[in-house]
Parts: sequence; structure tokens; C-alpha cells
Amino acid sequence: MSAPATPETGDLLYSDVEDDLRASVRALVEKQAPWDAVLRRTDTDDAVDTDLWKRLTQEIGVAGLAVPEERGGAGASWREVAVVAEELGRAVAPVPFLGTAVATALLLGTAEDELLASVAGGERTAVLVVGATRGAGRPVPVVERQGAGDLLAGTVTAVVDAVTADVLLVPVSATEIAVVEAGADGGGDGVTRTTSESLDMTRRLTDVTFDGAPARIVTGADVDHALQVGAAVLASEQLGLAERCLADTVAYLRDRHQFGRQLASYQALKHRLADLWVAITQARAVARYAARCAADGSPDLPVAAAVAQTHCSEVALLAAEDGLQLHGGIGFTWEHPAHLFLKRARADALVLGSADHHRTVLADLVDLPA
Amino acid sequence: MTTTEQDGRAPLRSVSDSPPDAAALARRVEEFLAEHDPAGTDAADFLRARFAAGLAWVHYPAGLGGLGAENGLQTAVDAAFARAGAPENRPRLNVIGLGMAAPTILRFGDDAQKQRWLPSLWTGEDIWCQLFSEPGAGSDLAGVGTSAVWDGDAWVLNGQKVWTSMAHHARWGIILARTDPEAVKHRGLSYFVVDMTAPGVEVRGLRQITGEAEFNEVFLTDVRVPDDQRLGEVGQGWAVAQYTLMNERVAIGGGTLPRESGAVGALAARWREHPEARTPGLHDRVLRLWVRTEAARLTAERLGQQQAAGQPGPEGSGVKITYAGLNQECSSLELELRGEDGLRYPDYTERRPEVEDYGSRDAGWRYLRFRANSIEGGTTEILRNVVAERVLGLPAEARADKDVPWKDLPR
Repeated sequence: MSAPATPETGDLLYSDVEDDLRASVRALVEKQAPWDAVLRRTDTDDAVDTDLWKRLTQEIGVAGLAVPEERGGAGASWREVAVVAEELGRAVAPVPFLGTAVATALLLGTAEDELLASVAGGERTAVLVVGATRGAGRPVPVVERQGAGDLLAGTVTAVVDAVTADVLLVPVSATEIAVVEAGADGGGDGVTRTTSESLDMTRRLTDVTFDGAPARIVTGADVDHALQVGAAVLASEQLGLAERCLADTVAYLRDRHQFGRQLASYQALKHRLADLWVAITQARAVARYAARCAADGSPDLPVAAAVAQTHCSEVALLAAEDGLQLHGGIGFTWEHPAHLFLKRARADALVLGSADHHRTVLADLVDLPA
Repeated sequence: MTTTEQDGRAPLRSVSDSPPDAAALARRVEEFLAEHDPAGTDAADFLRARFAAGLAWVHYPAGLGGLGAENGLQTAVDAAFARAGAPENRPRLNVIGLGMAAPTILRFGDDAQKQRWLPSLWTGEDIWCQLFSEPGAGSDLAGVGTSAVWDGDAWVLNGQKVWTSMAHHARWGIILARTDPEAVKHRGLSYFVVDMTAPGVEVRGLRQITGEAEFNEVFLTDVRVPDDQRLGEVGQGWAVAQYTLMNERVAIGGGTLPRESGAVGALAARWREHPEARTPGLHDRVLRLWVRTEAARLTAERLGQQQAAGQPGPEGSGVKITYAGLNQECSSLELELRGEDGLRYPDYTERRPEVEDYGSRDAGWRYLRFRANSIEGGTTEILRNVVAERVLGLPAEARADKDVPWKDLPR
């Protein structure tokens, strides 16, 4: 029973390369997916902006950043992936980036080099088939194998980024995954995908049912590690979203006048924004730390990811909820972007494990038992 | 009248060669130690010699305890002296002198003032205090009412200062006083050095909620201060005071902060040692504070990295707000974990505490002492204004004290 050791902090700043990458992603996203376009898409059946995804993967190469060059990627790291996540978070861009990050982390541990390279290049998308709220640190449910062991049967509900996935990666034991061809338009052989209306309209959930779906069994997959990496990436998405909410709210309060004064001149409002800014500086620090732990293979990744998810979930939610409140009535209308951020922030605080889940996991990791 | 360093007088001692680098400093320390055996030399003599050799604060100019070296090289010099068992210059007792008075004297003092005060300040022979806050001027420091009136051959000071650390040890105090009550408040101030042993200076302990008297009240009654103890021009005291306060900011950075350091450390230790006190509700609160402390630690680390990279950020105000709150919440929860023990208190007797390590104190004492963290050195409310106005660019608070002579302000 003792205080945990202090791991090396590493570099928590942004490099010039990361700044350049951010600028490229932002320029593309602002042009291709401004908030009103994102909002309009939510009223259609095209949940995913496949055109934006194509450009992000092919022009900027966002899907291959964490993949070594010799395996078909860009040879950057999870730090750069996290920067892209910040930008996509601030735009609530409807692209399967988070799911791709988790799938990539999983495939990097396997010998599936052909699949990995095609995912890295954006030719195909893959997704880990677990429920959206499953977080690292606890066993994930497995799907049952039938017959000789290469047919799957069972249902996994509420899978994120499965809408347009080409390949499904399904946990079938603690160390094995089944690789299943998803097929087009909702289902391949023995696979049925049902995408439902979701609280977060920009990241819809899919229920996946296997009924004798043919699969290829792959060993060496570390699902828990993939979920930790995903948690680190998600923390950066939450950071980007929170920054956007703060910036939009500051701009609105400076612009709007009531009682003959700028709203931004009222101390009650200034102090709320100051508190939010302080919380965001912390979100940035924990998100950067988690990303650097993922990038450097730090043994502290489980702690860093849990801390980042706990903290960033709450900060993003605060930013979105306070942002909506401080916009007043206009923030409650459909034709204002505040609800896009609110819905994403509320959903993100559950995706890959709730803050409560991560605190419980952390209790074991840092020896603060129940 | 004061001659400031901008007057272009020749430096006290000219150094023809360029400032020493780390290796050169290490050699000089080695040579110094060879000539002055820490074990065999009187502590005061040793420290005076170290000052004379320019190895006191190496970034200060030659002749004033330094060698004009880079600021960052001081740590290695201090470490080398510490390893050799060299005597210390009472750094904790003289924290105001070393951290705030000295840089202000260096910046605003003339040569005679620097020579007069800096050597004994650095050696710790003279302890310094800061006479800024008043009962009527806390967050609104520029509203101080202590008067300084010119009387032929000296300034005559009258007034009351409060929250003065170390005043009962101090030989000298830096003071902000009003020389022109007709002027708008920021423009009617001047900055002096007061001899704390002069007639009319009375220091009284100020008992605080822990029972102790850690700080002082200082009463000034017709205290005569010669004009050569003024720093900066008459009426420019606010600028000098702002420079002093800029140096108050806690230095962050320089190595990794330990995980679980600070108030959460005692809380976590208590949790581990007393399984019988655990409940699910308390568990969740402990974990929340642990996460927030870890986030604050990484934020301070990141700030340190930004400063080291030459990108000083405004995060300092945020770090201060955060740690004040964490200290308060962690110590409060720790009392709850202690149950009946949390109801006891070691000693409310009025006494003078020595400079101390908070971690070694009782949980009840820490709970009470930490209430001040969100008041001292800038209240959390003022710091929120700082963040809102200087970081987020929101409009400043409406003010009723602009363009009004200080004497006409309501109080």
C-alpha cells in the first residue's frame, strides 16, 4: 500500500509538424463540413460524410498516422492522431475516425498487414465490434463461435462507427478476434446491421447481428490496449469540442447586448467562462499526456487514459452545457449548432466507458481500493 | 534624490570577459570551496565570501553577488554548495527578501542602495518583509491609505499594514505609501524601504483561525524615512509595486512534480491505511480528487514546459485557482475520513509558528490553513477576473475609481 511512482511526463506541447497537420485538417473540415452542413446531414440517411472521409484519408492521410511506413502508414504517432481528433471534435465531423483509431491500435498488434495497410490508406474501414460504452480495464463480452469455429452467432448492440465499416473485428476470446466482411448496404453473409436514431446525431449507433457469419480468426489482438488508445484519442476529441464551445460562447457574449451592456461584461458570466478556461487547460494537459503515453508505449497508458477520459468527459460536457445555457434561447433552437456539441459531448462521456467506469478502473491501478 | 541605474553610471565593477557558462561556474564553485572549507568557516563569513565571489545569485551583476550568468545556471550552483555542506542563507525565513525585495532593489535601486541592502539580504543577516496590504486595501491594493508626507529632511509615514509575513523577524520592509492623496489613486503612490527598528514601527502578531499568529499587523506612527530609502520616482510607486508582485508568482517547472504530491497525498495515505473507514460514497470522492490533482499536476508540468520553451502562458493564474481549491477539498475530505479523530484539534494556543512543511501538520490544522489559499496572493475571484479579462479578452469590470482623486473615493 503506497503512493504510485511518478512516470516521466514527456513532451506535452505541440510540435511544428502537429501545428501544420492541425491547420490542414481544419482548413479541409471548415470548407467541407461547416456546422450547417453537418446539421443538414443529420436529417438524411447518410449518417457519415463519406466524401469528407475520403479526402481526409487520401489527401491528408489521417487514417495511417500511427502506422509505421513499412506497414503502409505515415510513420507518425498517436500524438498526431490526437491532434486530428481535436480538430474533428471541434467540428463534430461525421466521419469514422475514432473507430478507425481503435481498429488500427488493434490491428497493429496482429499480423494482419494487408488489412492494416488498406485501413491506413483509407481504402477500407474497419471497426472493433463492441458496445459503445465498453471501456478498457474490464473484460469485453465475446461473440459465440459455431460449428468448426469459423462461423459467428450473436448480437452486439450500439456499436460506434460501424455504419459504413467494410470489415468487422469481433472479439471471440480474450486474445482472439474474428475478422468478418461486413458487406455492402447493411449486411454481408450472415451479418445484419441496423443503424438507429442516436442521441448523438453525428455519430450514430449500429446493432450488429451475426447469424452464421463466416470469419477468419486472428490471434495476438489486445482489445484492452486498443480501448486504452481509443480513450486517449477520444480525450483529444473532447478537448477540441470543449475549446470550440468556449470560443463560440465567448464570441456570442461579446456580441450580444442586454440591459445596455455586453453580456461578456457581467462578472457572473465572466467567472463561469474563466472556470471553463481553467478546466480546458487541464483537459489539454491530460489529453496530451495520454496521447504521448500511447505514442511512446508508456506503461502508464492505462492510468493516463483513465485520467484523460474521466477528466475530459466532464470538461467537454461542462463546456457544451454551459455553452448552451449562456447562449440563452437561441442555443435551444435546432438551427443553432449548440445542440450538435451538446449531443456529442453527452454521448462522448459514455463512449469507451463513463467517467465512473474509468475512476473504478483507476482505483485498482493506483492502489486506492474500494 | 534617487539616481537610477538608467542614469548610465559605470557599473560597480567592470567585467571584461563574457559571462561564465555552466562549466566555468562549476570550476569557480570548486575553487571557492577549496579556499573556503564549509566545515571550518564561520557561516556568516562563508556566505559573505560567497557573495563577494559572485556565486550568490549568479544571474545578478558582478559586484552584487553575481557574475551576469544565465538565470537557469543557479540551480546547479546551489546544488554544488549543498553537496559540499555549505551553510544556507535562511531562504525560507527570507523568502520575501530573496524573492521580492531583491529583484525590486536590483531593478529600481541606485548603486548606493544596491550596495547597502543586497549583500546582507542575500546572506540572510537581514530579513525583509513586505508592507503592502492594509485593512482597507486588499485586492484593491492601489487604494492603500498609509501616508508619506515630506517634512524637510525625511518622509513621515503614518498608517497600518496587515498580513505582513516575517515582520517580527525583519530588519527592513518594502512599503507602498500614499504621497499624494489629491492624485488619482494609482498615481499618488511611492515606494520606500522602511527600517523596521526605527522609532514608531510597531509589529503585532495577528492571530488567525488556526490559533497561531503566522502574520503580523504593522502600525506606523510618525516613522521618519530618509529620501535615500525611496525606490523609484515619487508618484511611481504603483509601477514599482507591480514589479515586486510580478516576482511573487510561484515559480513552476524545473523537474517532474511527483504524482500524489500535495494535499491529495495525505488523503490517499489515509485511505490506504484505514480500510475500516471506506464507504462507496467516500471512495468516489477520493478518486475524483485524485484525478483532479493529477490533472492539475500535468497542467503545471505543461506550463513549465511552455515557459522553458519560451512560450510563457497565462496558465499560472489557473494553476493557482486550482491548487487552492484542491487543497481545501482534499483536507476537508480527509477530516471526514478520520471520523472522530477529525473532530479533535491539536492546539489552539496562540504562538508564533516557524516556517514549516504543511505536510507535517495535523489534518485539522491543514484544513483551516488552506482556507487562506484562495485569499492570499490573489483571491480566486480576482484571478477569475484576470483570466476572463487578460486571457479571454472579456471587458474589464466597471470602475468607480478612475479620474477621481484618491481622497474623494468612498471608503
